[in-house]
Amino acid sequence: MSEEQPNKSKASISHSRLAAKLFLGAVGMFGFGFVLVPIYDVFCEITGLNGKTGGQYAYEAAKVKVDDSRLVTVQFLASNNAGMSWKFEPAVREIQVHPGELTEVSFYAHNTGFEAMVGQAVPSVSPFRAADYLHKTECFCFNQQTLAAGQDIDMPLLFFIDQDIPEDLTKLTLSYTLFDVTASYQQTASNAN
Amino acid sequence: MQPKFKFIPALLLACSVLIGKLAIAAEDFREGINMPIGITEISRSTYDLHMLITIICALIGVVVYGVLIWSLIKYRKSKGSKSADFHENTTIEIVWTVIPILILVSMAIPSTGVLRQVYDSSDSDLDIMITGYQWRWQYSYLDDEGEQVSFFSNLATTDEQIAGLDEKSENYLIEVDQPLVIPVDTKVRFLLTANDVIHSWWVPEFAVKKDAIPGFINESWVIAEETGTFRGQCTELCGQEHGFMPVVVEVVEKEEFEAWYSERQEQAAAVAELTNQEWTFDQLVAQGETVYRTYCSACHQLNGQGLPPAFPAMTNSAIVNGPIDGHVNIVLNGSPGTAMAAFRNQLNPVDIAAVITYERNALGNSVGDMISPIEILQAQAE
Amino acid sequence: MSNVGTIESHDVHDDHHHGPAKGLTRWLYTTNHKDIGSLYLWFSLCMFLLGGTFALVIRLELFQPGLQFVEPNFFNQMTTMHGLVMVFGAVMPAFVGLGNWMIPLMIGAPDMALPRMNNWSFWILPFAFAMLASTLFMDAGAPNFGWTFYAPLSTTYAPTTVTFFIFAMHIMGASSIMGSINIIATIQNLRAPGMTYMRMPLFVWTWLITAYLLIAVMPVLAGVVTMMLFDIHFGTSFFNAAGGGDPVLFQHVFWFFGHPEVYIMILPAFGVVSEIIPTFSRKRLFGYDSMVYATSSIAFLSFIVWAHHMFTTGMPIAGELFFMYSTMLIAVPTGVKVFNWISTMFKGSISFETPMLFSVAFVVLFTLGGFTGLMLAIAPADFQYHDTYFVVAHFHYVLVPGAIFSIMAAVYYWLPKWTGNMYDETLGKLHFWLSFVGINVLFFPQHFLGLAGMPRRIPDYALQFADYNMISSIGAFLFGFSQLLFVFIVIKCVRGGKKATQEVWEGSHGLEWMVPSPAPYHTFTTPPDLPEHSHS
Repeated sequence: MSEEQPNKSKASISHSRLAAKLFLGAVGMFGFGFVLVPIYDVFCEITGLNGKTGGQYAYEAAKVKVDDSRLVTVQFLASNNAGMSWKFEPAVREIQVHPGELTEVSFYAHNTGFEAMVGQAVPSVSPFRAADYLHKTECFCFNQQTLAAGQDIDMPLLFFIDQDIPEDLTKLTLSYTLFDVTASYQQTASNAN
Repeated sequence: MQPKFKFIPALLLACSVLIGKLAIAAEDFREGINMPIGITEISRSTYDLHMLITIICALIGVVVYGVLIWSLIKYRKSKGSKSADFHENTTIEIVWTVIPILILVSMAIPSTGVLRQVYDSSDSDLDIMITGYQWRWQYSYLDDEGEQVSFFSNLATTDEQIAGLDEKSENYLIEVDQPLVIPVDTKVRFLLTANDVIHSWWVPEFAVKKDAIPGFINESWVIAEETGTFRGQCTELCGQEHGFMPVVVEVVEKEEFEAWYSERQEQAAAVAELTNQEWTFDQLVAQGETVYRTYCSACHQLNGQGLPPAFPAMTNSAIVNGPIDGHVNIVLNGSPGTAMAAFRNQLNPVDIAAVITYERNALGNSVGDMISPIEILQAQAE
Repeated sequence: MSNVGTIESHDVHDDHHHGPAKGLTRWLYTTNHKDIGSLYLWFSLCMFLLGGTFALVIRLELFQPGLQFVEPNFFNQMTTMHGLVMVFGAVMPAFVGLGNWMIPLMIGAPDMALPRMNNWSFWILPFAFAMLASTLFMDAGAPNFGWTFYAPLSTTYAPTTVTFFIFAMHIMGASSIMGSINIIATIQNLRAPGMTYMRMPLFVWTWLITAYLLIAVMPVLAGVVTMMLFDIHFGTSFFNAAGGGDPVLFQHVFWFFGHPEVYIMILPAFGVVSEIIPTFSRKRLFGYDSMVYATSSIAFLSFIVWAHHMFTTGMPIAGELFFMYSTMLIAVPTGVKVFNWISTMFKGSISFETPMLFSVAFVVLFTLGGFTGLMLAIAPADFQYHDTYFVVAHFHYVLVPGAIFSIMAAVYYWLPKWTGNMYDETLGKLHFWLSFVGINVLFFPQHFLGLAGMPRRIPDYALQFADYNMISSIGAFLFGFSQLLFVFIVIKCVRGGKKATQEVWEGSHGLEWMVPSPAPYHTFTTPPDLPEHSHS
């Protein structure tokens, strides 16, 4: 390289600037990957994309009009995830309700094992678009459940169907899957101490 | 008739036989290489859509490849072709942008129609919950009254066939011990979920394929228009035995279904009774071997040697050879954080008692004790 | 128009003073774009053979029904490792290698803009793959959850070696990102005077777009594996429903990376073919401008089609329709490219040297893969195709006779420039025909298998699939072993052969053909004078 490029120093400066910008872009996209998580949650909540139900909903009797003209069938399912050994089932398998009507049902759980366990119920609604119209004012799924060996419990669920539910949605399924979260519960507990 | 035309009727006959044979052969051939037409309105629409798109693509292919091959032959340098000097033409670029868009629109319209059909959410007559497990399907009939009918559907092909020791049966790897049974001409809704990882439930003849996702519920539906046995497989990679969890559905007449269903309800009641029956050691070991082969041998292996470290050996295992309570506990409740599942909901007390007795007294172990179904029932209630 | 001018070679005499260092340190410390390009290409060839070996294990097991050679769990490790090694070890590094070698030569730059980083981005790659491959020898076994590593199979249910996999992915990602920054900086800052954007060779254009795609999506891949790492080791619940997460979210994030990734593997291939076809048709590339716009629109569309991989996960109908329509749209710019290539050949003066054979096969077979891609975009039909061998056939048609053929075409095309020797044309043609026949025998029957109902990623299958699996396996062995011939041809050419001229090909045009063959260690230390129409 006997002939120096006259603009070499200028070129190398612009390289590092451009490289820095591109690097920042890459870091930004790494962050964007994580931002996708809350975006997805919000998106799901709006569209009911994955059948996740919303959190606790306040029932204001004044605002809700009970629609006596029609009935919606709500089907309850209970299942265990791998590693969860409790007996877990709905007290009633199916119920018919008027939109707007506050209804209480319960789920039965029984720890048949030899050790205390912590369970977390995860709700899911099908068809997905029905998720927006199912409001829970009280649910055992809002908290983890701890059962001693042999202990059993009736867990309440208070819900109502939104009066704006489309006419063609006459039946919806509310499923709970019970997960064993004993390990992570113990971890959090020991971290807290 | 002139003598020389005598062969014509014979020729016509021969031709028609040949055409018939060819048609049958073509049909067999189609079955081996093309999408099944299936037995539902949706599956037929899907097949028609598939054929429509295939034919459009084939026609485009004929034109594109035709021009390409013709150019390659015609404009060979070895034939003295001199290259022309043109390298752009906006009009033609616009033409071959617009024409494909029009073709795509013509494909999108019927596709949208079929998709709307699939998403029909009108009321069903029968609801069935399908749960994917590593590596079997559970079918639960969602009836709001009476005894619940729920069972597991396991691969029925033997390990000997897979290993090549026995001759492979006709429905090798697509046969199960208990198929799903549904009535014909009835809208059946499937609610799908999974116990562990994502599975996917597929019956090609129904054109139903839906993912079963742990913690979430998915739905699909079918109106089968013909009776018969229809086979499919799990289509989402779900671990070691992903290739060994087939789906078999039997579509039967409505009356037959009613009979079958009430029989299953009675059986469910009978299992409770069977549990109370006296069982001998030999009966339990014999029953236990069947259960072990179906539920345990995929991981712990037929000879009990396991596949350490993921799947420990049964032979000389501390748990199997230790106090029976501990053995019962791990079978009923599984071992958290490992691949060992809780079998309390997958197996009835008879099977659990049998497999525990078998494991303690076979596979190189000889503890010499046994446990009865009634004791298992008590252990479950504790 | 073929206008190979001669550039006054300022460079030849410099070679004496600034030649390569001797021995191993030359390769370890090198900052020379040609050395690094060669390193990438050799590395990619090794990975191609390794990934190919994994594929042959798969096809061996699938030769007949029944389990004959491997356990199902090891089979899953093979499918996973085959995918990872081929995508991240063979195809991507090969294109980075070609880019390293050719981009500076094509735009008249003395070297890459950031030579030291260039050295780094190559040398971390062997470590990533050594780490990944080492899991094969560990007790827990290699990753066995597929190259798409869906949660929770890859988190809660994964073998303990998943952590090695995650770090290997991080390193590969870092390597790709550094490589892309370098390529963008080179193209944007170091073009010779007069080399405007719309005069750049199409290979440079496609690489510029690819590099931006890489910077946009490789960090998302890094993000998704980081989330997995946290779920596995630090108790978070990104993908675990028990803690409020969602396994389907994994698929969304993964495919947000994954679909652009598919185009990362094919856009540079478009570039290569757009260089080769004009050369051997002795005619300028038809529709240069529209090629650039088509490539850009494909890159843009790749960001809004990801959920077409997830039609069966259960989506609202509006979602299915959106992703179906947007996916179908990709056929338009892709079609434009194919039409342009054919128009380039139309009324040309065509000869069929090995690079041209591979390029023509690329156009034919990639188009076939495009047709099946269009079929897969149709959501209701996809319910039947999804996760069957039809999908396997589709993506292998776009990746093997697509990406891999274009890489081979590129190697044959530029090998004389790199080594100064002509490769053995007879053997090259033999290699092409063996590969061409092998690939079709291998993958064409898989369309039938998929339509007839054979799921992918299974180690054993029902009896009605036996015939076509056997044919497919025979094709696999034919194709696989033909590649040993490729290795032989390349080594033979490196060691010697008929001396190549400066312009190598009769119809060649572009700056890379205006330096001597072999290209001197340093080229364009002073910017060249640009001939007219250097792009096509």
